[in-house]
Amino acid sequence: MAQGELLLDVQNLSTHFNTEEGIVRAVDRVSFQVYKGQTLGIVGESGCGKSVTAKSIMQIVPKPNGRIVEGKILYHREDGVVDIATLHYQSQEMRELRGNEISMIFQEPMTSLNPVYTIGDQIMEAIQLHQKLDKQAAREKTIEMLAKVGIPSPRERIDRYPHEFSGGMRQRVMIAMALSCSPKLLIADEPTTALDVTVEAQIINLMQDLQDEMGMSIIMITHDLGVIAGIADRVLVMYAGWVVEEGSTEEIFYSAKHPYTQALLQSVPRIGRTGRLNSIKGTVPDLINLPQGWCYFAPRCSHVMDICLENEPPMCALVNGRRVKCWLYQEGEASA
Amino acid sequence: MPLRALGSEQQLTSFVIRRLLYAIPMLILVSFVSFVIINLPPGDYLTTMRQQLESQAGLTREEAMLIAERMAARYGLDRPFMVQYFEWIKGIVTRGDFGYSFHYNRPVSEVLWQRLGWTLLIATTCHMVSVGIGVLVGIFSATHKYSLLDNVFTVLSFLGLSTPNFFLALLIMYYLAFHVKTHVGGLFSTEYVMAPWSWAKFGDFLKHFWVPVFVVGLAGTAQNMRVMRGKLLDVLNSQYVETARAKGLPERVVIFKHAVRNAIQPIIMYLGMSLPFLIQGEVIASIVLNLPPIGPAFHIALVNQDMYLAGSFLLMIAVVLIVGNLLADLLLAWMDPRVRYE
Repeated sequence: MAQGELLLDVQNLSTHFNTEEGIVRAVDRVSFQVYKGQTLGIVGESGCGKSVTAKSIMQIVPKPNGRIVEGKILYHREDGVVDIATLHYQSQEMRELRGNEISMIFQEPMTSLNPVYTIGDQIMEAIQLHQKLDKQAAREKTIEMLAKVGIPSPRERIDRYPHEFSGGMRQRVMIAMALSCSPKLLIADEPTTALDVTVEAQIINLMQDLQDEMGMSIIMITHDLGVIAGIADRVLVMYAGWVVEEGSTEEIFYSAKHPYTQALLQSVPRIGRTGRLNSIKGTVPDLINLPQGWCYFAPRCSHVMDICLENEPPMCALVNGRRVKCWLYQEGEASA
Repeated sequence: MPLRALGSEQQLTSFVIRRLLYAIPMLILVSFVSFVIINLPPGDYLTTMRQQLESQAGLTREEAMLIAERMAARYGLDRPFMVQYFEWIKGIVTRGDFGYSFHYNRPVSEVLWQRLGWTLLIATTCHMVSVGIGVLVGIFSATHKYSLLDNVFTVLSFLGLSTPNFFLALLIMYYLAFHVKTHVGGLFSTEYVMAPWSWAKFGDFLKHFWVPVFVVGLAGTAQNMRVMRGKLLDVLNSQYVETARAKGLPERVVIFKHAVRNAIQPIIMYLGMSLPFLIQGEVIASIVLNLPPIGPAFHIALVNQDMYLAGSFLLMIAVVLIVGNLLADLLLAWMDPRVRYE
């Protein structure tokens, strides 16, 4: 399929945590691609490995318990391909990527900024770290970025502290910081979850406008299907560390294949629909020492078959680059 | 554009002024309470003196009464309580005169300043040592959680927190006297006590000085270490530390610039409160080590009902508390902009 230029190619990535109770396979053999200028949405319930996938790409998985155990994270730079998975998290090369070519915004705007430094100091810190600008130029750049993300009177606000801003404004500041070095890839980890719906819409629109303007790719992580529908080109559905389905946004929303995706879509409240809201029965399995060799969704699945409990379903590649990890489908099957 | 920067500075300035103004009524209140407390116990120094004159000097009751009354008139002890208080405060504020010590037969200020110097020296040294070592070890422990050294420091800090300092003082004295066979106690060896200052005397002073600093500072060091470790572990889990990492900052900048500045606040707050605590904590250790600071003299003044001396000691401890808290507050406001609001 014509997807344009490849930016990030994640192959078979597994990230594990060693806890006192046992190993947690937070990300389990995950593969996906991000193309230049496009937006990939990653959806799934809490604890399905969305955030850990993002942190693996940034090499900021909490140490010393978490580590990337296998797979490749191939990042396509202008001067060649680099496998992030093999870089040490504190290496010069990784630090030049992190915050510069790949940057990230987080779920909690109220706590994402350091309370003891002005927002200007914090943005300038990133600019001066990655760009050869003197203090005055970095300050001008910061003001420009603040204006770009819609902070009113940025020349005055630049010397304010985070507690003088609302949640929505703080998330704008975070976006300004993340985009200050013109990254090729922006990872947004549930950027609107903690915000009001009206503010949420503003932030999403802002991100789309900035993407049009600056041309970066976005990985949008969320559990909110409405957000994904509005912004993503392609969608990755994750469950218990697995990618269970991938497809274009329309395909996912109008012809979901995986029983989990179908159930997820049915549990979205809609105006006009009466009666009890459908919810997916059961809960996400506890990932600590989870035995392998079966489908983790089987206990909650309405289509469960014997084979689901005996063997792990393979990832089936359907046409149009769609993939689904389910025993109901076969390799090459049409995706209509 | 520097307009806003000025606003931030102004906020800090206004906080400093406000905080300084609050300290004044506090000082007045504290001085009054000190004076009241000193006058609370029944009897006074004159009663004690009269009895001594009668029983030991063999004077008659009338003669003793006469001397006592003369003294009372001279030092204003026969006047109403409030007048005595205002005279005392007037003396302190206008002339630096804290009254007269009946026990030492000298002005209180002489007794006070002579000892206050040593006390402040020991207390501030203890502070600096306990904060410096405590914070550094705390940072190490937090960034190397559950490592062998972290566990070693944890055990040591619990030992340090739970060992009474007079007991530690005795142990060290025993060790120095019987194993190292050196002079212990006091701040100088006998031959230097009266000698003028020289390098040799300074060296001798250092040889003695570390003992009280170690003894008094140990608990504080242990406390600072635990507080720093706990708070830093907390802060290291916070989102803004992850943000700092995600910017691509080197780990040492993440720790020292972003995490430590937020984690050190409880240490600064504790600093303000612990200054007078250190002075009090010195009492027992000072008695054991035979040192000249405030603690033991305060003890003697209380036993003898030497009211002006005891009152002045109490006042100075309270003043140190207020000033310490003031300094801690100002430092905190400088470190954390959120404190500047009230």
